Amino acid sequence: MRNNKFGFTIHSDNQINLDERDFNLYHKIISGEAGFMSCISCGSCTASCTAAAYTDFNYRQLCHNIRRGQNDAVAKELSKCMFCGKCSLICPRGINTRKIINLLHKELSKTGQYAY
Amino acid sequence: MPQRKTILVIGGGVTGMEASARLAEMGYRVTLVERQGRLGGHVDNWDFLFPDRKPAANILNPLKDAINYKVDVKLSTEITTIKKLNGQFISSLSTGDFVKTDVILLATGFDLFDARKKEEYGYGIYDKVITAAELEEYFSGKNGYKLLNKDGRGKIGILHCVGSRDEKVGNEYCSKVCCVTGVKQSMKLREYYPGYEVFCFYMDLRMFGRYFEDLYREAQEKWGVQFIRGRVSEASETHDNKISVRFEDTLSGKPMKISLDLVILLTGFVPASGSTYLKEMLSLDIGKDRFFKPVDEHLKRNHSSREGIFLAGACTGPKSIAESITEARAVSLEISSFLNKSE
Repeated sequence: MRNNKFGFTIHSDNQINLDERDFNLYHKIISGEAGFMSCISCGSCTASCTAAAYTDFNYRQLCHNIRRGQNDAVAKELSKCMFCGKCSLICPRGINTRKIINLLHKELSKTGQYAY
Repeated sequence: MPQRKTILVIGGGVTGMEASARLAEMGYRVTLVERQGRLGGHVDNWDFLFPDRKPAANILNPLKDAINYKVDVKLSTEITTIKKLNGQFISSLSTGDFVKTDVILLATGFDLFDARKKEEYGYGIYDKVITAAELEEYFSGKNGYKLLNKDGRGKIGILHCVGSRDEKVGNEYCSKVCCVTGVKQSMKLREYYPGYEVFCFYMDLRMFGRYFEDLYREAQEKWGVQFIRGRVSEASETHDNKISVRFEDTLSGKPMKISLDLVILLTGFVPASGSTYLKEMLSLDIGKDRFFKPVDEHLKRNHSSREGIFLAGACTGPKSIAESITEARAVSLEISSFLNKSE
């Protein structure tokens, strides 16, 4: 237990400093699927998602976090995708969302964070 | 043969120029008064235009040619007083001249919002914070020194809605054309400075016009411009001479900050400073946004609250160049039918 002798503790900074974030994964994804950039955050992917109906998986948020260099939870989130491809069918920007999932699997398995 | 009807056009921007040319073509005697020493208004400060990226000169040169020798152009001239006498307007000019006309057309346009009023963005305090209009001057080479190192690396931020949709500065309206201007400029910046990433901070992206959505998509896909939904709350200088901005990335619901090498402010429209004087002198109606108010938003868009005084262009609210030119043509027809009826 943390020493709480003085009646207060120290929180980690809640504000995200984009200068210190890692955008490697983000750049790898756009080099494989340029459509990754053209997301307008409409949320139709998440709304149509088979997995999202039963779990807290959120495809829009997953992609958004990668765009902001927040990759900590990517591996865990990725395992919830059932790879049905409904999101690809509905995306109004024509983004190959299924391909992005594939690319993420590939990148994460390279670093040993995730394997099929 | 009846005497030729006369028209005074106030303002020599794209609207005033186009309307003058059309009215002169119809056979009216047109006097065009412009406060500045040159024609073209704001467009003259612009390098290239959305959506087709044509140089601003490609618009201005044909407009200037069309009024050459056909319109009496008075540059560096302001209106001192306007009086109505026997159905005619008698306007005295700062040059000491008088103009007697049957109709007055107000094409007084707009001013750009003074970015100093949003002190939290640091315009006028930090060198690295400039306006979109100043950026155009860099693009066109009018503004001498280099903006950034062409081979350098870093980040550029474009802040949308500066002075628009903001009760804190008294402007609740949307300035309409800044969104697409930001998108246009973001692509040009990526082209000029490929080592710099570009971030657009927006509240809503209003791509209202034809092809605008294509520009937005091109900015994202081809040029890798990043759009962050969230209004920047403040900018401050860092020890290494960058500008640190704070914002909420509203799509992830988290407060964030980022250091930028250059900040561009997309300043919005405000009514032209000179139009306040005209409004009071002519006792014209204005809207809640302080722009001139037409008699009807649909059917009488170019009619002011006083007979014989017409309105066109951005003096009735933010408009694109294409819309201003279209309005100039529409008002020419309205003026013509008014003069035919009054004969």
